[in-house]
Amino acid sequence: MRETALRGKIWVLLDKTGKLIEDIDTDQIFHNAHLHITDISEMGPYAFGNLEGWKDFSKKCGEGDLVVAGRNFGAGSSRQQAVDCLIALKVGAVIAPSFSAIYFRNAVNSGFPVLRIPSLETLVVAGKLKTGDLVEMDVKSGQVTNLAQKLPLRAEPMSAVQVEIYMAGNVFEYGKILDEKK
Amino acid sequence: MGKTIIEKIIQAHSRDEAAPGKIVWMDLDIRSARDFGGPNVVKHYDQEYGDALLADKSKTFFTFDLCAPACTLKYADNQQACRDFARKHGVEVFDVDKGIGSHVLMEEGLARPGGTVVGTDSHMNILGAVGCLGQGMGDVDITFAFKTGKTWFEVPQTVKVVLRGMHSPYADPKDLTLYLCKEMGTQSLALRAAEFYGPAATSLDFAGRITLCSMITEMAGIIGFVSAEEVPAVLMPAELSDEQFSLFQADPDASYADVIEINVEGLPPQVAVPFSPNNVRPVAEVRGTRIDSGFIGSCTNGRTEDLVRAADVLNGKKVKKGVMLKCVPATRRVYQELLERGILEILFRSGAIVLNPGCGGCAEGHAGLTGKGEVQISTGNRNFSGKQGKGKTYLASPAVVAASCIRGEIVAPEEF
Repeated sequence: MRETALRGKIWVLLDKTGKLIEDIDTDQIFHNAHLHITDISEMGPYAFGNLEGWKDFSKKCGEGDLVVAGRNFGAGSSRQQAVDCLIALKVGAVIAPSFSAIYFRNAVNSGFPVLRIPSLETLVVAGKLKTGDLVEMDVKSGQVTNLAQKLPLRAEPMSAVQVEIYMAGNVFEYGKILDEKK
Repeated sequence: MGKTIIEKIIQAHSRDEAAPGKIVWMDLDIRSARDFGGPNVVKHYDQEYGDALLADKSKTFFTFDLCAPACTLKYADNQQACRDFARKHGVEVFDVDKGIGSHVLMEEGLARPGGTVVGTDSHMNILGAVGCLGQGMGDVDITFAFKTGKTWFEVPQTVKVVLRGMHSPYADPKDLTLYLCKEMGTQSLALRAAEFYGPAATSLDFAGRITLCSMITEMAGIIGFVSAEEVPAVLMPAELSDEQFSLFQADPDASYADVIEINVEGLPPQVAVPFSPNNVRPVAEVRGTRIDSGFIGSCTNGRTEDLVRAADVLNGKKVKKGVMLKCVPATRRVYQELLERGILEILFRSGAIVLNPGCGGCAEGHAGLTGKGEVQISTGNRNFSGKQGKGKTYLASPAVVAASCIRGEIVAPEEF
């Protein structure tokens, strides 16, 4: 059984004016100039390589760190690399008010946790989530705690399919379980 | 309770109840992969399933359109890996000569009203133009679809968008689409399906529907459908049954999450300014902005009708010295129509470069990139920073791009 509890330091993706960046598209997460890369182990250095102010993210990010971003995260192309590059860096999860449909699916299928907190923007503006804060969460139930500020938060719980795919590891492993059940 | 178009299509492909918010297992009529995404599908498939058979090779396709023909060794390797896999599994390849995959699937009658199609193209929801549930997906999803013929899918809510009035005669479906990108942003349709009503939508021809439906992705929507009593003949394969056709229309008592009314009466030509497709203004507000290059094509504006509109403006005129205009037909069939109707000659004589069919002009690929400081005006669908190079990209209709390339600055077609 896969662990559903995660704990990590957060990176809050703010722009120059201190606002949570919305509509971060896949060209900003993993630029199309690197699309020919098919080996996941080579993708890490390009994560957020075209996102103004965050081009050095891959150097700063540590194992298990969490990313906090604005609404409609992962807009644009269908590229799996935009998820894979974060897996390559061993990012624990991405938290955003909403994700693009394709990005969300890609993450779910790869067993990469993506959590939705609709009120995230307000929390960031109020200083309740700051870069460097240590955050603990249960990806299944959506229970999130900002340990640095002893603040409980609420993310949307995973759907049944999402839990099953996450527990299996990824959609391929999940497919094998479905086959065995037949 | 009646169903919306997307609910009806999903219900016809699933044993689960297709109610908004529910996750269902959905059968896929067609699954495809491009030269981008495709190589990863091959890699995942070999790794996860080895020599195991595909769910159905006759419903599985590769479409090469991104870098056609391959302009880097890496793309050449990737395309060849797909061809080898296709040969081994008996899968048909629409190779680098054929054009944009989503358009080829429509032309071939593989994407049809009431059908379900997935591919590694985020604009696959363009198939809404023919009443087909198309969805772009990542390579993991597509690998799973190749093997099982199924996918899990959350049934989205549907929004009814009613267009009031008719745009100005100088504006075309792209201006209408850009205006909707502005009005609805990335919030109104986010993670929802849209159904468009009103004469400005239902009078759209095949090319116009493609333009509108191609940019639902930029509005963060799942897909858009244009409802109509009659569908242009080109969309209707002769053997299509009444039952399939009925999936193309919502039930009268269908339930909608929201109804949005947008007035488009007298709408003038529009331009999306850098760096967002939702950052849209009337052409008049950016008139006079110097441009270095133009691009006419893409899945949004690469049909014969689009290039004809550009040719109408360019006929007998010249692209300004120092300005580069690139034209890329969407498919080989479009290319042939342009050839037979004398449109290629008009484009050629105007000084435009006409390339072979494909996605060129949007992603890094066969139609070049913009350099630092370069200002481009394009009929594409995205102008995000860094998307097509280091330059700035404005998005506009074929007529606006053509007129601007003659003048060397952004200008409205009614000035010609």
